[in-house]
Parts: sequence; C-alpha cells; structure tokens
Amino acid sequence: MTTLAEKFGRDDWTRFTLRQRMTRYGVIFGCALAIAWALTSIEVIWAWVWGAPEQIGDLFGRMYPPDPTNLETILKVLWDTVNIATFATTFAVLLSLPVAYIAAQNTTPNRATLWLGRLILVTSRSVNTIIWALLFVAIFGPGVVAGILAIMFRSIGFVGKLLGEAIEEIDRRPVEALEATGASRFKVIAYAIVPQVMPTFWAVSILRWDINLRESTVLGLVGAGGIGIILQGAIDTFNWPEVATILIAIIVLVIIGEVISAYLRRRIL
Amino acid sequence: MLKITDLVKRYGSGDPVLKNLDLTIEGESVVSIIGSSGAGKSTLLRCINRLVEPTSGSINLNGTELTSLRGKNLRAARRKIGMVFQGFNLVDRLTVMENVQSGRLGYISTWSAVTRRYPKADIRRAYELMERVGIAQYANTRADQLSGGERQRVGVVRALMQDPDILLADEPTASLDPKTSEQIMGLLRDLAGELKLPVLINIHNVTEAKEYTDRIVGMRYGRIIFDDVPAKLDQEAMDQIYAGSPHADRAKDGAAA
Repeated sequence: MTTLAEKFGRDDWTRFTLRQRMTRYGVIFGCALAIAWALTSIEVIWAWVWGAPEQIGDLFGRMYPPDPTNLETILKVLWDTVNIATFATTFAVLLSLPVAYIAAQNTTPNRATLWLGRLILVTSRSVNTIIWALLFVAIFGPGVVAGILAIMFRSIGFVGKLLGEAIEEIDRRPVEALEATGASRFKVIAYAIVPQVMPTFWAVSILRWDINLRESTVLGLVGAGGIGIILQGAIDTFNWPEVATILIAIIVLVIIGEVISAYLRRRIL
Repeated sequence: MLKITDLVKRYGSGDPVLKNLDLTIEGESVVSIIGSSGAGKSTLLRCINRLVEPTSGSINLNGTELTSLRGKNLRAARRKIGMVFQGFNLVDRLTVMENVQSGRLGYISTWSAVTRRYPKADIRRAYELMERVGIAQYANTRADQLSGGERQRVGVVRALMQDPDILLADEPTASLDPKTSEQIMGLLRDLAGELKLPVLINIHNVTEAKEYTDRIVGMRYGRIIFDDVPAKLDQEAMDQIYAGSPHADRAKDGAAA
C-alpha cells in the first residue's frame, strides 16, 4: 500500500517562478538606477549639506530666547488663521456635496455630468493651495478672502473625491429595496445613500479641517492672510526671536487642532 | 389579480432566463415558487416590480399593465407591490422606525421624509404592524443592532407599510436559521390571511413551501413545469424540478433548436 507521502510527496515549492524572480530583481534594480540617476542629475551643493548642523545651531542661538512682545498680535492673527480654515472647510464641504454626487458612477445623472464632476475634482486637486492662493491674491488682492477661496478650491477636490468614492462603495441592496417601494430618486438618496456615506462625510470633513488648519498657516507667505504674513515679516527683518514665538504658536495651534479633531472623530463616529 | 402572460426575459444576447412564462395569481393565496438556483425565480419576481426590465410579454396587476410604465406611473405602481428580500436590505444606520416608514416614501412629501415628520396615521399603522410581528420595542433601535429574524420582520413591516396589493418575497428565509425561518414563513402566511393579500414567495426549502403555502409553482430553467396544490407535489415532480442543471438544460435546448 502506498502512503500519501509516496503518492503525492513533493517538496519543491517556490513562491515565484524563476522568470517572476528575475522580473522582480529587474524592477528593484531599475528603481535603484532611477534614484541614482536622480541624485546625480540634481545639483546638490554638498558643502552646504555638511554645514547644516552648524547652521541649525546658529539659527537656534539667534532664536533663543523667543520674544513674546508681539504675542497679542500673533494670537489675533492666529485666530484669523483658524477662521480661514474653518470657513473654507465649511464652504468647501457644502460645495463638494453636489460635486461628489455627479462624480460618483452610481448616482451621476448621465455621462456628461460624470465627466464634469471628474473635471472639477481633478482641476481642484491638481493645483496646490499655494498656487490657488497666488491666483486669488492676484484677483482679490491680499487678504483673508483670497486665503479662504484658495483653501476652499483645493478642499472641494479632496472632499468631493473621497465622498464620491464612498458613494460608489455603498451597499446597493437598500437602494434596490427603496426603489421597489416606489420612492422618488431624491428620497432614495436621502434614505438609502446619505445614511451610508454619513460616517465618511464626517471623517473626511474633520480630516480636511485638520489639514486646512496647517495649510492656512503658510498662506500668508503669498499674502493670502493669516499667521504667515507676520511670519514672513519677521523672517525678512531677521527678527529671529519673534520667528521662534510664531513657530511655537503654530505648533501649539496644530496640536490643539489635532486634539479637537481626534475628539470629534471619537464622538461622531 | 396578477396575470403574467408570455413573459420573456433575456440578459444580453444569451439564452432567455424566462421563456414565454404564464402565471396567474388570484385572490389572497400564498403561492411559493420553487426551483434550483438559476431557474429564473428571482428574475420573475423582479420583473413584476420592474427591478428587472422584462424583454417582452405582459404583466397585469389589478388592471394595470406594468411592463409599459415609466417614471411617475411606475413609481405609483411600485407603491402597491411590497417586496421582502433575502438579505433584508434594510438601511443599517437608520432606526427601525425610519426603516419601517421608508415603506411610505412613495406616499409622503419629500419634506416630511427628510425631516422624519411622518403622518400620524402612518406612525399608528407602523406601531400596529410592529406590535403584530413583535418588534415594537425596537422602534428607536438602529437596524443593525437586531438579529436576523428581527431584521426580516422589519423588512416585512416595511413592505406592508406600502399598503400593497401583492407581496413579493425573494427567498425571505434563506439567510435565517431553521426555527426563525419557520416563524417568518408562518408570519407571511398569517399576515396574508389577515390583510387579504396575495403573497408570492421564492423559496428553496420545499418542506416549508408545502407547509406554509396554498399553491406551489415549480420552475425549471425559465419555464413553469409544475403548478398545483402542495399535496400534488410528489417525488416525480420534485425530480423533474430539481434534476439536472441549468447547464444541462441549456445544452439540450441547443440540441433541440
């Protein structure tokens, strides 16, 4: 009688065939080559890189101790920054709802609207907030309005894209059930689709607010309002102690934002 | 009365799933449809409320021709056809009351739907039905907190809230354990009697079909090959309904053609 081992016994198993293994090595080698080529083709002044630790020490020396004389102004502008982020996020989230609706394959009315939705998302997402800010500063002049619009335009794509994907991933079955009751399209959306994307909606909105808080701190660098303006001013006038105060204020703000968004996420989801 | 005449449904360009099917449901009878997977039971049920678009033929419910309806008229007709699903198809994140009231969506205004301010009569009706099937205490519970049997009761109440002229049930007990399954079947039978409602049930469990329904329709690969009272369903008829496979039937049909 032959045992199973005699009949089927074999101990040659490999995860990949020789050919697959060669391909994998080839890809790794190709990546390494690309990185090496990239490193040699950009002009790095190595002396500056090696001198960095010294420079860092020097900068810290000039920043210490932080100068709190302008703290009141800094905090006021920081509050502006928070407002820019909050307003912009609110508007962006509201505007992204219809965009998400037409950019999701399963809810969009027709192919034209689908492509319109995708176009809006891609345009919004492919342009960085700072570039949007430059554009709006040119149109509306420097100030908070340009900042709000810049962040809004960038956020619509982000929120719309993630929300649209959430709509595409919903469970189809409740939708089918409510269609079977004779409910209108709008009511099916309100009862079968909206409840299913609600968690994603809140999560994405909070996440975007968190991101916008950080982004709005640099908007001032291009004149679009917020803390960045006085940061730029302090750097330009070599007022390093004040720069230190501003940086500390920004870090504290970001940490507070992180705590708030973590708390909201826990409460809502 | 539901009268289906010469119904054909073909997906794409392949063989039809329903082949010139005729079926009449009269009065308040509970009818079960049995047949192996792929026989076309689900498609037949879904053709009636047009979740699936029939290719040709006629479906007439109480004088209304369903196959030609569009838009508003189709929605109005769907209000009168309740459906219970194998997977319950509830909205998990809504409460039981909201799920139950979603059966009224075809009747109430968009404003009351969105604000959840349902008409008093609907709320009273919902409590009556929920009380009847034993889920009234869950009115404010989210649907995903319930057990399978309770969820299917919500599904049944949602369908009944439509005040339907006919109830379709697509394998309503296939996701349930045997005991719960019998409870749901008993409930469907009793409710049909109480509400004077014809019920059409797709079912895999032949024992339950025999016990809980007045009439059994046996389908095999798009055709009705048995249609009689449960007592007449003998071993021979069973063999005919369940023997072979859709694939074998397809091959035979191809050879004959």
